[in-house]
Amino acid sequence: MSKVEPKTSGNWQRICKLDELHVNVGACAKVAGFQVALFRVADNEIYAIGNYDPNSGANVLSRGLVGDIDGRLVVASPIYKQHFDLKTGECIEEPVASVKSWQVRVSDGWVEVGHAGEIAARKPRLVVVGNGMAAMRVVEEVLRVAPDLYDITVFGAEAHGNYNRIQLSPVLAGEKQVDEIMLNTPDWYARHGIALHLGDEVVKIDRSRRLVRAASGYETRYDRLLLATGSNPLIIPVPGKDLPGVVSFRDLRDVDAMLAAAKTHKRAVVIGGGLLGLEAANGLLRQGMDVTVVHLQGTLMERQLDPRAGDMLKASLEGHGVNFLMSAQTEAILGDARVTGVRFKDGTEVAADLVVMAVGIRPNIALAQSAGLRCERGVIVDDTLQTFDPRIYAVGECVQHRDATYGLVAPLWEQANVCAAHLAQMGFARYAGSVTSTRLKVTGIDLFSAGDFSGGEGSEDLVLHDHARKIYKRLVLKDQKIVGVVLFGDVSDGPWYFELMQQGVNVTALRQTILFGKAGEEKRKQAS
Amino acid sequence: MISTTCPYCGVGCGVRVSGGGGRPVEVQGDPSHPANGGKLCVKGAALAETLDMEGRLLHPELDGQRVSWDTALAAAAAGLQRIIDEDGPEAVAFYASGQLLTEDYYVANKLMKGYIGSANIDTNSRLCMSSAVAGHKRAFGEDIVPVSYADLEAADLVVLVGANSAWCHPVVFQRIMRAKQARPEMQLVVIDPRHTASCEQADKHLPLNPGSDVWLFNGLFRYLWQDGRVAHDFVTAHTADVDAARAQAASASLETVAQETGLKVDDLTDFYRLFAACDKVVTLFSQGVNQSSAGTDKVNSIINCHLLSGRIGKPGAGPFSITGQPNAMGGREVGGLANQLAAHMALEDPQHRERVQRFWGSPVMAQEPGLAAVALFRAVAAKKVRAIWIMATNPVVSLPDADLVKQALADCELVIVSDCQQHTDTTAHADILFPAATWGEKSGTVTNSERVISRSRAFLPLPGEAKPDWWIICAVAKRLGFSEAFNFDAPWQIFREHARLSAFENKGGSARAFNLEGISELDAAAYEQLAPTRWPVRHANAVELFSDGRFFHADGRARFIATPPRAPVNAVDADYPLVLNTGRVRDQWHTMTRTGKSPKLADHRAEPFVNVHPHDAMRQGLREGELARLASRYGDLVARVVFNGGVREGQVFVPIHWSDQNASDARVGALVNPEVDPISGQPESKHTPVRIMPLTVGWHGFVLTRVPLSTEQLTYWVKVSGKQFWRYEIAGRNLPKDLSCWARDWLGAQAESDWLEYMDQEGGSYRAVLLENDQVQAGLFSARRADELPQRGWLSSLMTLDAINEEQRRGLLAGHSLGEEVDAGPTICSCFGVGRNTICAAIRERGLTEPGQITACLKAGGNCGSCVPELKRLIAQVQAEEQ
Repeated sequence: MSKVEPKTSGNWQRICKLDELHVNVGACAKVAGFQVALFRVADNEIYAIGNYDPNSGANVLSRGLVGDIDGRLVVASPIYKQHFDLKTGECIEEPVASVKSWQVRVSDGWVEVGHAGEIAARKPRLVVVGNGMAAMRVVEEVLRVAPDLYDITVFGAEAHGNYNRIQLSPVLAGEKQVDEIMLNTPDWYARHGIALHLGDEVVKIDRSRRLVRAASGYETRYDRLLLATGSNPLIIPVPGKDLPGVVSFRDLRDVDAMLAAAKTHKRAVVIGGGLLGLEAANGLLRQGMDVTVVHLQGTLMERQLDPRAGDMLKASLEGHGVNFLMSAQTEAILGDARVTGVRFKDGTEVAADLVVMAVGIRPNIALAQSAGLRCERGVIVDDTLQTFDPRIYAVGECVQHRDATYGLVAPLWEQANVCAAHLAQMGFARYAGSVTSTRLKVTGIDLFSAGDFSGGEGSEDLVLHDHARKIYKRLVLKDQKIVGVVLFGDVSDGPWYFELMQQGVNVTALRQTILFGKAGEEKRKQAS
Repeated sequence: MISTTCPYCGVGCGVRVSGGGGRPVEVQGDPSHPANGGKLCVKGAALAETLDMEGRLLHPELDGQRVSWDTALAAAAAGLQRIIDEDGPEAVAFYASGQLLTEDYYVANKLMKGYIGSANIDTNSRLCMSSAVAGHKRAFGEDIVPVSYADLEAADLVVLVGANSAWCHPVVFQRIMRAKQARPEMQLVVIDPRHTASCEQADKHLPLNPGSDVWLFNGLFRYLWQDGRVAHDFVTAHTADVDAARAQAASASLETVAQETGLKVDDLTDFYRLFAACDKVVTLFSQGVNQSSAGTDKVNSIINCHLLSGRIGKPGAGPFSITGQPNAMGGREVGGLANQLAAHMALEDPQHRERVQRFWGSPVMAQEPGLAAVALFRAVAAKKVRAIWIMATNPVVSLPDADLVKQALADCELVIVSDCQQHTDTTAHADILFPAATWGEKSGTVTNSERVISRSRAFLPLPGEAKPDWWIICAVAKRLGFSEAFNFDAPWQIFREHARLSAFENKGGSARAFNLEGISELDAAAYEQLAPTRWPVRHANAVELFSDGRFFHADGRARFIATPPRAPVNAVDADYPLVLNTGRVRDQWHTMTRTGKSPKLADHRAEPFVNVHPHDAMRQGLREGELARLASRYGDLVARVVFNGGVREGQVFVPIHWSDQNASDARVGALVNPEVDPISGQPESKHTPVRIMPLTVGWHGFVLTRVPLSTEQLTYWVKVSGKQFWRYEIAGRNLPKDLSCWARDWLGAQAESDWLEYMDQEGGSYRAVLLENDQVQAGLFSARRADELPQRGWLSSLMTLDAINEEQRRGLLAGHSLGEEVDAGPTICSCFGVGRNTICAAIRERGLTEPGQITACLKAGGNCGSCVPELKRLIAQVQAEEQ
């Protein structure tokens, strides 16, 4: 490439002497921060187009061979050989991959390129599939650290704006209104120049053309694609599962359905005594329904609680008015036009006007699978949240990272931060997986759980129990580190224990006081 | 308002008591009393806390059954009579106490010596000042303390020898300190193997080797002689045998004394020079001198120096034996020791015996000294003494070789015990128990260390069927057939007889210094009004004792006594390499039957402990705060290891106070060698070879409880009084397998009880608290190591409450308050547990305007974000407030 002596005058940037450009040999210059490919095809015939080849993602066009196609002067990209019109910048084979053309003139023997205010290179396009918490956290982070990097397009399957999904329980319980849990308003998207497609689910990814198609038929190309398709509720395959009055508890539509049912019906059965099921049960109870929770296991939230805490939780909820059928396996959902009850394996039945299935979630991987991305339980991602296709990233409940899938909010945040850093081309962060903690959002019940407390070889228990105040705390230690926390009744120190657990702090020095809380430990330190 | 006398140490402070009769009793110092001028030590000030009926013996018992007085008295009299009839009067004995009033003491002594006809009456004073008595008699011809507290204040030099007065006689020590403050040139030298509390305020501390006191004072004698400090005129005119003492002291060169005492020559010289330079010197000595197999010689080696330099019989000078009991001196005055007769008359003197018998008109008279304390209980063990009547003392705890005493009493045919407490280590062996009146209920007189006789007055009614000791003794005497001689109705009648005996054939103190002729005709009213009175109380104006150079040997001269130094009887060896020293702590007294009731007093030193030098501890693998077993050839105990008790390498110190009533295994008496001074019979309680080793236990703990608990399963326990509760410090070898079950059972929790529990099985920690209607009933805290347990203070304070609040409840298992720190307020961010107050404070102080800033500062809102709306509201709220 020729050496240029940049001199500017008005909107024209002086590049080099005319005779420094060789005929039919491209040169590259930097103009207003952009790489520009310059071509001298005849003595005084000079063209300038963007040097960046969108097809290969490389600044290479100035090195291409000049020729003509049907009388159009073109340069062939040295990588994939697409041809670009020297006058217009149009890519003849892939019009969507066209580049900008620049004004150019010769003045006093100098070659000058014009860079008026309209100058802007086409930004790479970031397309986001999913308008949930994980997706939008990535977008917010990208906007924060690289506000002008991408043209951003967001597709949301739900008709609503982006809302705080984990606050659905308070909405169901009548403690919060829908608008209180909305996160980003339409105005916010507009302000950031984000093209928002609500209620239009992406149905296809064409990876070779780097193009997505929505249910409406709308297509758009991407340079980077972010998948955040979340998860779907599990529906147990029993007869009657599709009856009216059978709902899951996943989104605002489900909440609306439950709230509507509560207005007209009395008896609700919640299948699933896990976190979501209990929050649903509490919400429906608050809405005035008689609620029975059906649970396959003998202990509520058995993956988050030990039997003692599970029993305390059950007693507490029973105190609120929730009925329980433990160790009950659902055989069928009864009813014709609408659900009327549930039958169990042992033949017993319970009447119901509303059945909420809250037996778990499954990562939503259909789209990724159809695009040929590698999936197992979830979309497989590496430590940078990159999928099998390096242009495609994925975060949230749909991903499977180091064999783990997550259904809680904290890992989403951690994933989002790493993913956004890489999308913003500042990627050095690695996501190493999350240690998760659980809280139950039921007013009047404080519960915190994290880690593994199944016991076993080498594990040690610290237990505190205030029967009358219904306070139970248990820490499980292994090799002098916290590996499990169960708190019931007083969860104020949950975050502290969680932090110690996440950081793998050796708690030997804290052992005598740790279960009495951070306040106690600090008091003890002060005293000593 | 009633004026009476403190029942503790020999300082004999006057106290004023108000209240009683349903109103709370208050105890204050008596400003008009010459001993204390209104001041009191912490023990005296806490007297009101010790007046409850907890544990009081209120009814006579025979073989463990409550019986009438008539039955109990008849059984006692019949038992004594039968044994006297079978084996003669030497087969019975009384063991009395310096806590008896003079009147009690007088009738006990009279009954034994003049009516039963044996001298087998000894007292716990034998353990405390019999060497001083013997030393006084050898030097002065009579048991006379020739100084007063005022002399301490007038002195230029006060030498404390074997006395930790700062703890044991605090009011006197404070008098010295105030005098020193007024006259900073006044010097205080402490001679004690231990660096005690008294040393803290002294000008000089000489930490001599245990038992080397005679060397030190022989050296002083030699120094005074060589330095030309001999009061020749006084020595010539008023003393005898100075040459013998001088010859003995000749061997005590500075170098030899330095070697024997372990002191530096320079330090010795400084002390000797100081003593020589000061005209007014008081040498105040106590158990460190007396409780020794050479105790009497130690006393005389001190007196020798005062005689030689003429520092006696004048203001601000003299040897001063300070006693440990409220009425040791009164006991000495009535002759309540096995080698005394009565009213300072000598048992060995036939004329004296005849005179006392004539005065009493008694049928018989003891002819020779009876058995002194240690020998007495050996005679009980040997079944030579078949009946013993113990009054107001606890020999199973306090005597040397106390396990032998315990066994002796267990095997003894007839054990009669008069006591105010039902359960002591001694009453446990009683066949007959007499409920005795105690301080505040009984009336009489006591004599303090400076010879001041003070009234002890009753201000409380006799509880239950309790009776004064004099009444009990007289009642038994009457049933033994001596109605006429013991026909007393009131203490004043006994006092009058005692005073008359002191004046009997002793006009103007011509024969004996102890003379109460001036108060020998008191009637009931005059006795009631008797103000503190220093004896002698003579009709004519008389000079201060010894100020005229007159002593009470037949020739009127004082005697120098040659005091050849000798080492303690038992030396340390490879098996028992440490020297056990014993003594008191500041806030307890004797075997804690009274002071143990006071929560305030329990705070200072709650547990039996052993002071060990860190080097010895290291050698024996002991750690501070852990438990150690201490053993001598006679017995062993368990105590907590405490460094910094001021002991030197090779020595350990254990307090004397704990008994089987309040500790599993802490009777130091069991270890003390039963060696005695050949003259005084006083045991060598300050020097026993012992060894020490860690007591291996698997766990330590403590319990707070409103009801006494069984201690059967515990390896170690100590019971400490609190306000309406007890605290047990405990330890055991293995924790029970099912801790929860064990704890519930032990503390009395039912299935439905309000029960808080903490368990770290692998970490060895367990805690449980039992509540009832929000009042703490009991709490158990245990840990693998003692230092892993919470402090006791806050938990103990909860025991005094009728109900605890929720914040206190949260701290229960932690064992300390979780409150007081800034209240975080209701939780706003549950994810990170951030409270409203914390957030508002951050908004205010840092001028935060956005939720994101709050998150950056406090993490709040940084997880689920559900509190962000509230954060916004709080920002708006705070901003509105600020405008």
